[in-house]
Amino acid sequence: MGTISEVFFNADVAGRYWGQILDGLWVTVQVALLTVVLGIAGGLLLAVLKCTRNVLVDIVFAVFVDIFRTIPILVILFLIYFALPYGGVRLSPLVTTVLTLSLVLTAYSAETFWSAIEAIPRGQADAARALNIGGLATIAFIILPQAIRMSIPLLTNRAIAITKGTALGAAVALPELLGSAQSAMSIAANPTPLMMAAMLYVAFFIPLVLLSRWLERRSVRQRRA
Amino acid sequence: MSSFLQNFANLDTFVAVLPLLLQGLFITVGLALVALPLALLCGLLIALLFEVGSRPLTAGLFVLIDTFRSIPVLVLLMIIFYALPFLGVVVPAFGAVVAALVINNAGYYGEIFRAGLGSVPRHQHEAGLALGISRPRVLLFIIVPQAVRNVIAPLASNSLELAKATSIASLVTLPEMLRVAQVAQANVYNPTPLVGAALIYFIVLWPFSRLVARYERRTLRARY
Repeated sequence: MGTISEVFFNADVAGRYWGQILDGLWVTVQVALLTVVLGIAGGLLLAVLKCTRNVLVDIVFAVFVDIFRTIPILVILFLIYFALPYGGVRLSPLVTTVLTLSLVLTAYSAETFWSAIEAIPRGQADAARALNIGGLATIAFIILPQAIRMSIPLLTNRAIAITKGTALGAAVALPELLGSAQSAMSIAANPTPLMMAAMLYVAFFIPLVLLSRWLERRSVRQRRA
Repeated sequence: MSSFLQNFANLDTFVAVLPLLLQGLFITVGLALVALPLALLCGLLIALLFEVGSRPLTAGLFVLIDTFRSIPVLVLLMIIFYALPFLGVVVPAFGAVVAALVINNAGYYGEIFRAGLGSVPRHQHEAGLALGISRPRVLLFIIVPQAVRNVIAPLASNSLELAKATSIASLVTLPEMLRVAQVAQANVYNPTPLVGAALIYFIVLWPFSRLVARYERRTLRARY
């Protein structure tokens, strides 16, 4: 039984496995970026579609948002990875993880964008109509810019929380940061790779956490002003 | 269509695994009921420590909170469950999951309670103290209740996320609902148990999810 530093921060083990762990970090970064782009774009699209006030769209929106906001991410991941193949749909671990996380982020961001759109007083749309601005232009140039601004501080927190879900990819054999660290840990019989992964997660997410803190503080100040 | 139903919603399989799923649900609920109050309490303590107002303490809390906010809860769980034993510290799966959830959420709750405490006007403190009420009592009985009311939306939302996150317990072989469903699925060679578990999660959590959505909408409207 060695000292804590020998066990958890063993330089020899770190030297042997850092390449594998950096490969994992790269997969995590790719999944995270794809998730954020697809999830935000999907949410915005759903929220804009809901502006049409079509009954069918309303139903699809409500069902989609409620399902993906209510069922745990890991359950959705397992459904896509383990259950869909029975229906003949086989997706790779990477596609499964990106699809799961972006579906969930789409649901959350759609709900947030839509709530923000709804929070904007009707008078704005009426004023636009009085000025003879078309429906689509009103949504694109008057409603959306304000709604997006309102949504940003709420969404950054949510996007970070869901992006951290990339670690769940390890459960479907995706060689992302946690997965590669776990396999290194079991080969090396030493937890150093796991500690390296934890430190890399901190390095990757801390700028985002600080950014969201700053955005939130700014939006609070603007509301008070 | 009938083959689809036979696969994904096979009634015989569902009836057969339902008792197992409900046993798993029992552990899932147990995890949430143990982790949730502990995380809330830790969060409130963190927020009250911010109230002390000492600069080094505040800076230390920020570093701690932001560090733990940056580590996925699953990574925390893996460290507690698979890395600590290398030091001779063996934590049972249930305890490991609770610890990971509490450490992960204490920071979030701390931030929420801090915002809540900050939202209560200063003169409420002063009035309480002027009436000869001691400072701890002012905080506990005058400030905290108003603070909680002001941040009920994020509190509810975070609590729902905590309840959902209990499903990571399946990855340390704790037989909660998702784990049970996964094992059953491998045994019956049929995805119905997984679909069933998802359905039960949805039935149990959906009312809370609606409530959270309503709170959030109200907050946004108040913001405009």
